[in-house]
Amino acid sequence: MQEMIDIYFYGKQYSVPADLTIMTAMEYAGYTLSRGCGCRHGFCGACATIYRVKGKNELKTCLACQTQVEDGMYVASIPFFPTDKRTYDIEQIKPSEQIMMELYPEIFSCIGCNACTKACTQDLNVMQYIAYAQRGDFKACAEESFDCVGCGCCSTRCPAGISHSMVGVLARRLTGKYIAPETEHLLERVEEVRKGVYDELIEQIMLKPITEMQELYNTREIEQ
Amino acid sequence: MITETMRESIKKVEATRAQRLGMEPRRMAADEKDALLKAYHPDYRENGFTDIKIGPNKGQKVPAELGELLNSNTRILREMINLNKIDYQADVLVIGGGGAGASAAIEADRAGASVIMVTKLRIGDANTMMAEGGIQAADKENDSPVQHYLDAFGGGHFTARPELLERLVMEAPDAIKWLNDLGVMFDKDADGRMITTHGGGTSRKRMHACKDYSGAEIMRTLRDEVLNREIPVIEFTSAVELIKDDKDQVAGAILLNMETGDYMVAKAKTVIIATGGAGRLHYQNFPTSNHYGSTADGLIMGYRVGVPLLYQETIQYHPTGVAYPAQIFGALVTEKVRSLGAMLVNSEGEAFMHPLETRDVAAAAIIRECSDHGKGVNTPLGSGVWLDTPMIEILGGEGTIESRIPAMLRMYLNYDIDMRKEPILIYPTLHYQNGGLEINGDGFTKAIDNLLVAGEAVGGIHGRNRLMGNSLLDIIVFGRNAGKAAASKAGETKIGELSLEHLVEYARELKNAGVEAERISPLLLPEYTRHERMEEKRCGKFM
Repeated sequence: MQEMIDIYFYGKQYSVPADLTIMTAMEYAGYTLSRGCGCRHGFCGACATIYRVKGKNELKTCLACQTQVEDGMYVASIPFFPTDKRTYDIEQIKPSEQIMMELYPEIFSCIGCNACTKACTQDLNVMQYIAYAQRGDFKACAEESFDCVGCGCCSTRCPAGISHSMVGVLARRLTGKYIAPETEHLLERVEEVRKGVYDELIEQIMLKPITEMQELYNTREIEQ
Repeated sequence: MITETMRESIKKVEATRAQRLGMEPRRMAADEKDALLKAYHPDYRENGFTDIKIGPNKGQKVPAELGELLNSNTRILREMINLNKIDYQADVLVIGGGGAGASAAIEADRAGASVIMVTKLRIGDANTMMAEGGIQAADKENDSPVQHYLDAFGGGHFTARPELLERLVMEAPDAIKWLNDLGVMFDKDADGRMITTHGGGTSRKRMHACKDYSGAEIMRTLRDEVLNREIPVIEFTSAVELIKDDKDQVAGAILLNMETGDYMVAKAKTVIIATGGAGRLHYQNFPTSNHYGSTADGLIMGYRVGVPLLYQETIQYHPTGVAYPAQIFGALVTEKVRSLGAMLVNSEGEAFMHPLETRDVAAAAIIRECSDHGKGVNTPLGSGVWLDTPMIEILGGEGTIESRIPAMLRMYLNYDIDMRKEPILIYPTLHYQNGGLEINGDGFTKAIDNLLVAGEAVGGIHGRNRLMGNSLLDIIVFGRNAGKAAASKAGETKIGELSLEHLVEYARELKNAGVEAERISPLLLPEYTRHERMEEKRCGKFM
């Protein structure tokens, strides 16, 4: 006999198997998901969800696809959250201290309540990465925010109206493009290809008969 | 709950670990691999397939679940749709919101075309977002595009289309540079050199990564760029059929608002199908590592306008899907776990194969271990073999797992499994559609000259098996090319009178072939909902 628990979706009670995730429990209960469901494996942030366990005061946030159901959970999924993304031209901006002030000035209104960190479904130190952004330390902000899936739970809880995940994306793009060191071997190879260094070699290998290709493949040296 | 059997087997894995650390399991010979694949790979299970009844691939083999959709009729056969009322209009219509679609949209926009993207979920809800391990490119001194070609061609059993594979490997370094210039944060050392590893079947360490969020980092950067360019993205709106015109061109698509159920008309001079894969069709009842929308819609729409399929019968089962715990059953455990040194170990603690064989070979060997060899570990859901993850920390030093594969660590810790200390149980999961719609080197279909395909929906780039890291690469290379080509083609295309006559013709052909088409297709979303009155068999099983 399967162990069952009681759960409340949007306030309505259902009995579901105890080993399901919130997402599969909703489907078990009869919901057909169009919003609030994306990759189903914890990478896309589509299934931001709020819940409270009956009898407890704390309001929690999670990803529905990565969270096992609990008895007495009151669950509401967030179908959409109006995150505020500012647009910019990545070729024109620079990793200067002013850029955050220009694009996301509200981060300087952070009151340090740490609600964002508590809400993070990935257990990131969100308030810390916003602090790095304030300071213009984009690399630290990028590293600290790297595992962000953009579910937006932090922003739902922020009294300063910060769109944290968007600040993280900006910091990472600035870091990847401007702050991380240049890759010489990549630039050289791109240039070689452009000059046609490999044109003849690739044409030769494309024309080889299959038997010769099999021989080449099966005897190729493998880097240790 | 971890069972007693599992716990006892873990002890055997621990007992042999020290001795295994010093050895490298033998790689299989070519004929050995062939025999293994024929005996154990799901592509060779005859009862998993059916025949295509009509169209350019008539009589050919196809996975049964895809075949059923191909042998079905459109959902709009009896709908009243006014083709004179145009809801959206653009030079280039991109169908699909993943990495290929976003790359195409960015390049088409850059080329000066007007672009719209439509996606049935959100931009970024795609397999790209879930790609963990990395992206290949031959950009180091001991490597070359020619070596990359050899690895990919051999790994694909010498069946890739040379003109497509050539573009993949030759344009790979530039694809990495393009992503780097957009701000993707690749793993680099202090001097800027890319930190690269092996993937299954690579002869050089050319796997570039962004920790184990490689696809996510690429996708969120591309999405940000699409939004910065203010390219209209119509979300929760699925293309359900292509529209043709009276000059045998495509002319746009019929769209379905997934929330209101309303149909709309999008008119365009060129159309790019970038709809991805088919994991959610659950071929042969396998779980899948794919996102919720992977239902082969693009293959169905493309086939209905006459585009042939190529290698539609070859599917990639990723050797390491989660076998335990139930909540993440079928989720991907990146190949990078093996690149970093974890071995595949059976219930007796034996390393039964080299951990970096190609994916089809590894999947077949794991299935053999769990069936005929009787050395799988039984779980409440089935069986699996161990991936000995604590080896990574011994080989790479403490902290390697947290810094290199943080997503994997997090996924398991959610269920109180610490992969740094104990091995994890895996079994093959439905991962990738090797085949798809046939294109030429520029991305155009041969059947219709203003219709393009990019990404997983294409067949022939990899042949009958794909190497790790070549899919993230192909969505960028072929996505970008499709965007440029579509923009250029739009400039010289004049659309005639819109028509849906091809759908009527398709229905007629099905009828003439004696097919009782009971379902409608494309599927759009998998049917997971259980209703109490009609117990759905699938619900609660696939994550």
